[in-house]
Amino acid sequence: MNNVDIVIVGGGPAGLAAAVAAKKAGCDSILILERDGELGGILNQCIHNGFGLHTFKEELTGPEYADRFIRQALDLNIEYKLNTMVMDISPEKVITAMNRTDGMFQIQAGAVILAMGCRERPRGALNIPGYRPAGIFSAGTAQRLVNIEGYMPGREVVILGSGDIGLIMARRMTLEGAKVKVVAELMPYSGGLKRNIVQCLDDYGIPLKLSHTVIDIEGKEHISAVTIAEVGPDRRPIPGTEERYTCDTLLLSCGLIPENELSQSAGIEMSRITSGPVVNESLETNVPGIFACGNVLHVHDLVDYVSEEAGRAGENAVKYVKGQLDENASGKLIKLAATDGARYTVPSTIDPGRMDENLTVRFRVGDVYKDSYVSVYYGDERVQHRKRQILAPGEMEQIIVKKEDLLARPEMETITIKIEKE
Amino acid sequence: MTYDVIIIGAGVTGAAVARELSRYNVEVCVLDKEEDVCCGTSKANSAIIHAGYDAEPGSNMAKMNVRGNYMMDQLCKDLDVPFKRNGSLVVCINKEMLPGLKELYDKGVKNGVPGMKLLSREEALAMEPNLSDNVQGALYAETAGIICPFKLNIAMAENANVNGVDFRFNTRVEKIKKGTDGLWHLRTNNGEYKTRYVVNAAGVYADVFHNMVSEEKIHIIERRGEYYLLDRTVGDHVSHTIFPQPNKFGKGVLVAPTVHGNLLVGPTAIDQDDKDATNTTQFGMDQITAKASENVKNLPLRSVITSFSGLRAHEDHQEFILGEVKDAPGFIDCAGIESPGLSSSPAIGEYIGNMLRDMMNLTAKENWISTRKDVLDPKKLSLEERNELIKKNPAYGQIICRCESVTEGEILDAIHRPLGARSLDGVKRRTRAGMGRCQAGFCSPRVMDILARELGLPLTEITKSGGKSNIVLEHSKEVAE
Repeated sequence: MNNVDIVIVGGGPAGLAAAVAAKKAGCDSILILERDGELGGILNQCIHNGFGLHTFKEELTGPEYADRFIRQALDLNIEYKLNTMVMDISPEKVITAMNRTDGMFQIQAGAVILAMGCRERPRGALNIPGYRPAGIFSAGTAQRLVNIEGYMPGREVVILGSGDIGLIMARRMTLEGAKVKVVAELMPYSGGLKRNIVQCLDDYGIPLKLSHTVIDIEGKEHISAVTIAEVGPDRRPIPGTEERYTCDTLLLSCGLIPENELSQSAGIEMSRITSGPVVNESLETNVPGIFACGNVLHVHDLVDYVSEEAGRAGENAVKYVKGQLDENASGKLIKLAATDGARYTVPSTIDPGRMDENLTVRFRVGDVYKDSYVSVYYGDERVQHRKRQILAPGEMEQIIVKKEDLLARPEMETITIKIEKE
Repeated sequence: MTYDVIIIGAGVTGAAVARELSRYNVEVCVLDKEEDVCCGTSKANSAIIHAGYDAEPGSNMAKMNVRGNYMMDQLCKDLDVPFKRNGSLVVCINKEMLPGLKELYDKGVKNGVPGMKLLSREEALAMEPNLSDNVQGALYAETAGIICPFKLNIAMAENANVNGVDFRFNTRVEKIKKGTDGLWHLRTNNGEYKTRYVVNAAGVYADVFHNMVSEEKIHIIERRGEYYLLDRTVGDHVSHTIFPQPNKFGKGVLVAPTVHGNLLVGPTAIDQDDKDATNTTQFGMDQITAKASENVKNLPLRSVITSFSGLRAHEDHQEFILGEVKDAPGFIDCAGIESPGLSSSPAIGEYIGNMLRDMMNLTAKENWISTRKDVLDPKKLSLEERNELIKKNPAYGQIICRCESVTEGEILDAIHRPLGARSLDGVKRRTRAGMGRCQAGFCSPRVMDILARELGLPLTEITKSGGKSNIVLEHSKEVAE
């Protein structure tokens, strides 16, 4: 069995950034295992612009953004295997993988970085009644068909769900000559970024119907129409509000699910809210030496944040391999709690000894909050209280925790993030 | 084209009859309006092999079910079909209905069902801890099983084909009449077929064909059943097939593991008046949730990966109509094949096969091939065997469907074997590619590419399930090759 210091599962934006950071931090034995035929992951099909504003201070397309990292990885001679599927990760960090040339093989990893990304919630999991004809796609599948394969699924489109990929595809399908009739969103708010609603729907006159869902799909062989109805606060359709739309394509953008089947086989503890691993300040899971970053950890809005987070995972994996991660460990775990409208935090715990001077804690809210405050409590003491005009589930939020503040409060057990009216 | 026997319908009944007839020196053809075998009732059902205590003693249903169940072990061994005798429990949740369990037990004894046992509440809970807290008792049947319904259908059809039976797909029978030459003339969208004997195995359409040739009309109602399929992570919520006590609409909403490790919950029973009404409804889905929760607690319905519905071919008298139609000599019905039709299919095949053998004095083929190998599943191989396979054929090293770990090698096998797959659903039923938790979101463009390449078709002609179910419409732009 081969030994590799750091095995990175996934060669998308998270895996690439983790690899580059790990190499720069002084690790020479790195291997990226990528299941697709090229590095870059989902960015390869995201041909729209808007990537990289934070990381590179310029607007790039998805493939351009990926290319920046791929070039770095190549320049740094980071090893990778394409068309390679990881079949299993053991708690002892033995990776079992497979491809056409090596067959099925095993690697003993010193550290593992999980960077598998996420998948789209399929129609089946949405319990939409009706027929099951051709012409129903998750938005990302349609994006691949249009942008990479060069084929149009149809000409008359209805979109269910206002996740970012759905919004982007509303614009793409319009630019390719299709008519996007409506975007229906079950929730009273959009799951996507505000800027995408403006640039992809409003600019093209595509209506967004909040609190609406698809209640019937017609067409035995190919989809021919859908019925959309308004839903009440219980999210059940309101009789009498039905509207029928003829269409030949239904795109679904109803949520992303971190792809953690491998993590579970490694015995990693999962969060029921994010569907990603529970991690500490070092982005390390409950299995020592297995780290997680990017959309496999929690679904991000912006790839820039993925790259930043993955870089930290890469650096921490190097520290782990070198035996330095625990050098300054205090042995004390401060819990992070999300309450009163905040849904979760990443990370879930902090060892003040192991953290950097500043630690970014990311979280999401569970509803739309207007003119509210993001409050941070160290124990019972409110230490941050920031007014926000609007907070929405579709936009990831963050706070900064300072190491010196934690060291100054040795009795503190919990940091709480709350959304408060005043 | 002239045959000795034409079978209408390539579902599990038609395929079973075809396989039995393939033992003999006789020209047989199967016609189906769909693009593949297993496209109607056979593909959307409970995937259960029933023990046989439900049907009325002495009925065709009772006889065929018990015989079919008995035949299943050898058949599935011969044809390499996943089958497991997991046992079933009919659960009583109301003390006043306990005598009903005993009645079922007695019926089972009369039908010749072996291995049944009446269980106390404690015994039932010991076997199946997730039964409802209200359980009062249960009827256990050890011979009940679970099967891959697609594979049973496909395997029997493939084996029949290898033994010389022709299959004509996309061929819809439009009219049947007796010619002056004494043969049956079948007009189809693909020309006229002539035959000495017709076997009517047309599922929900069996009444249409029967009524074309007979004055003694029959009536089949499409009784829809809707289902939820749950992720493999919750497949062990129950280990036996859990039935409620039966009512006049059938065996009720069951909860069962599948041979592939998923959990299946359903079906409803709602009569339709449309032979293609395989849509699901909010009403039906709500009903599944409510009914299933009566017998099994903490059902993890959060893990639903898909819902679907199938149509039972319910004949007005709830009985299998098997045999030659009185006023239409040479026209043989297999009509009203609803539950326990899947369980009964090998027995129906045998019964009709023997009948036609005797009617035509058929002689056995000397070189009949009794066995068939399924699409090779590399997951069943050792690491060394698997690497040997990949070395010989690298396509087995390339995962295409990541949820179900299906390789390109398996997909190529499914396309190039006898009666091979020609659509996404055809590949799915043969390999499970696209049947997992992402429901083909990831693999469908890749399977489309493979189908297009192997069948020599443009991507625009690749379909989900034949007919007009094309997946992409046209090139988005002219792309320089």
